[in-house]
Amino acid sequence: MSEKATRAAYGEALAELGAVNDKVVVLDADLAHATMTLTFKNAYPERHFNAGIAEANMVDMAAGMSTMGLIPFCSTFAMFGAGRAYEQVRNSIAYPKLNVKLAMTHAGVSVGEDGGSHQCIEDLALMRAIPGMTVICPADANETRKAVFAAAEMQGPVYLRLARLASPVFEEDYPFEIGKANVLRDGNDVAVFATGLMVSEALEAAKLLEAEGKSVAVINVHTIKPIDAQCVMDYAQKCSRVVTVEEHSVIGGLGDAVADVLMGKICCQFKKIGVQDQFGQSGKAKDVLKEYGLTAPQIAENIKAVF
Amino acid sequence: MNTAELKQFCTEVRRDIINMTANAGSGHPGGSLSATELMSAIFCTQMRIDPKNPKDPDRDRFVLSKGHCAPCYYGILAELGFFDKAEFQNFRQLHSILQGHPDMKKTPGVDASTGSLGQGVSIATGMALGAKYLGKDTKVYTILGDGECQEGQVWEAFMAANHYKLDNLTVVIDNNGLQIDGSNDEVMSLGDLAAKLKAFGFHTIELADGNDIEAVVAALNEPTTPGKPKAILAHTVKGKGVSFMENQMGWHGKAPNEEQRQQALKELEG
Repeated sequence: MSEKATRAAYGEALAELGAVNDKVVVLDADLAHATMTLTFKNAYPERHFNAGIAEANMVDMAAGMSTMGLIPFCSTFAMFGAGRAYEQVRNSIAYPKLNVKLAMTHAGVSVGEDGGSHQCIEDLALMRAIPGMTVICPADANETRKAVFAAAEMQGPVYLRLARLASPVFEEDYPFEIGKANVLRDGNDVAVFATGLMVSEALEAAKLLEAEGKSVAVINVHTIKPIDAQCVMDYAQKCSRVVTVEEHSVIGGLGDAVADVLMGKICCQFKKIGVQDQFGQSGKAKDVLKEYGLTAPQIAENIKAVF
Repeated sequence: MNTAELKQFCTEVRRDIINMTANAGSGHPGGSLSATELMSAIFCTQMRIDPKNPKDPDRDRFVLSKGHCAPCYYGILAELGFFDKAEFQNFRQLHSILQGHPDMKKTPGVDASTGSLGQGVSIATGMALGAKYLGKDTKVYTILGDGECQEGQVWEAFMAANHYKLDNLTVVIDNNGLQIDGSNDEVMSLGDLAAKLKAFGFHTIELADGNDIEAVVAALNEPTTPGKPKAILAHTVKGKGVSFMENQMGWHGKAPNEEQRQQALKELEG
């Protein structure tokens, strides 16, 4: 299986989108080489606006540009875009329902070496809490491309969570519709809802468990908000065991979104796999993921806890 | 509008501010009254706008960065016919089109939702940048408070306005000298604002009396240096026009009671 970072796919998708939609402009905060909006800049230099290291102003300039009929894609690291500029996103973009796309890279602990200060594990929680915000976390490069086009197509604010680390690109071409989860693997004993880079890990974990005679469904929840409640309900009912896997804090992200759907409606075993209310740290990305229990064998072990 | 008409317009707006805040029992009269000439002159003498077509894509844009001074904004918009003055009754009430702070989704004529200080100036900068990119001749105006300039984001926006040579952007600072906890100098000194604006690349005009409508219009009429954003640093009087509110920091966010309303309206009969 080939590997590619979702941020790399983002930059390429932006350039491709730029060719067919002249309303698309891109803002970055001195990280174009890392967020990969550089790919767009190389193709359309006059449509790429650097805000300098000033994320609050970047986000609000994007708000202003959107009121002029443009479709701004705004990028920096998730820590700064969702964290530092949270209130700008909340008040100047989401509150007036402006058509700004916030594509934030370097989300999660797979940032690796830069360490805990740069590993945003709260962005899904922050963005999900904002009324009217669409929150998408693509599982691979292909899905990222589709998510970028779908985000540009829809009216209103979108948060796109992207990763630094090169990750597997699925061979199969899955459909993508905002708000519609994809069942990648069917099963009867446990429903594993995963998002982002954890989707491929969850699939690997499912294979490991299959060898032990457990039938594991793996569902790619690329849209955290609005979540595909029907799919969550159906699979919780069918499997009566639910596990969520995310490269994010277990507080406020995919796990809580799934729990919110099920609470008071379905009685099932339930477990959230993610970063357990602690900060990340420096290390090679794969080592850091392992440190926080986010590799396939560890996920498989954790899934066993609901049996 | 000629000067006499502008003065009358400002008096009407001041009466609207008093009535709105008194009706609501809350709101921000002090900074609304200090900014009346600045905002009125922008709307009445500068902007290309049509109250019958508030969403015209070719209109000029205004952003009230000091969003708490919504009563002044609403007064002007209603006087110009963007909505009926009967709406004043509902200011700050449930389901009103007149929210406590400007809401572009609810109020005809409002171009940006603001109120969280420091953000409006960035939005205005983005509008000006967007207009340039689109090749439009749109002009963008924004008013900020002096206290608001304590927000670091304001200076981020100023840097960007200069970097992108936004000579279609006019930034007006309502320098009334007072904020919630005291005078600017007591709370957090702003230093030499005019020198700072110049250092940030603005074509800077300092107005000794920002409540002198003729001076305000003249400053707005002065062309900016090509390639430079324009800043007007206007020294104003907080609570201007109502004797017991003038230069009183207590009137930042407090509404007049019925007796005070009557006295204020009497003083504003002109």
